[in-house]
Amino acid sequence: MQIARVVGTVVATQKHAKFEGAKLLLVQPVALDDSPRGTPLLAVDSVGAGVHEKVLIVIEGRAAGEALGRKAAPVDAAIIGIIDQLDVTE
Amino acid sequence: MQLAKVIGDVVVTRKDENLASIKLMILQPIAADGSNTGRTLIAVDAAGAGVGETVFFVRGKEASFPFYPTEVPTDAGIVGIVDHWDLG
Repeated sequence: MQIARVVGTVVATQKHAKFEGAKLLLVQPVALDDSPRGTPLLAVDSVGAGVHEKVLIVIEGRAAGEALGRKAAPVDAAIIGIIDQLDVTE
Repeated sequence: MQLAKVIGDVVVTRKDENLASIKLMILQPIAADGSNTGRTLIAVDAAGAGVGETVFFVRGKEASFPFYPTEVPTDAGIVGIVDHWDLG
């Protein structure tokens, strides 16, 4: 799992049937200090996250499909939680 | 999944039989601001995309799921056409 910041929303009418009703968000993976890590990616949202929120994402197909609650869905990333707080003890 | 621009297509006559009648497109991944990012790649098309359109694609074995039960040998696939996206 990785920490990411929701940076935008994506609208797509024509898409694979397994995406029907799924919310797609653009997320920017971030490091523990909130600095961006790599390029933003699209994740399906199963927890009701919003733009600017810090979230927990999985970047792995099977886990993302399970988060969506659909078998054999062509997804590779999903938001599985909204982070309230991060405590880092050095 | 990632955003990408469809910049071309690929015609392959002799190929794995499980790729028969599947459209292959050339993708240029784009960043959230629409600028090009990373290397171009070839992806199977499960969304009916055309050249010039902005799409989103999936990487990995999941790219073959739209064609189930056919086991399509691919590592990238277009799964949706983007109408628009908004940055918060």
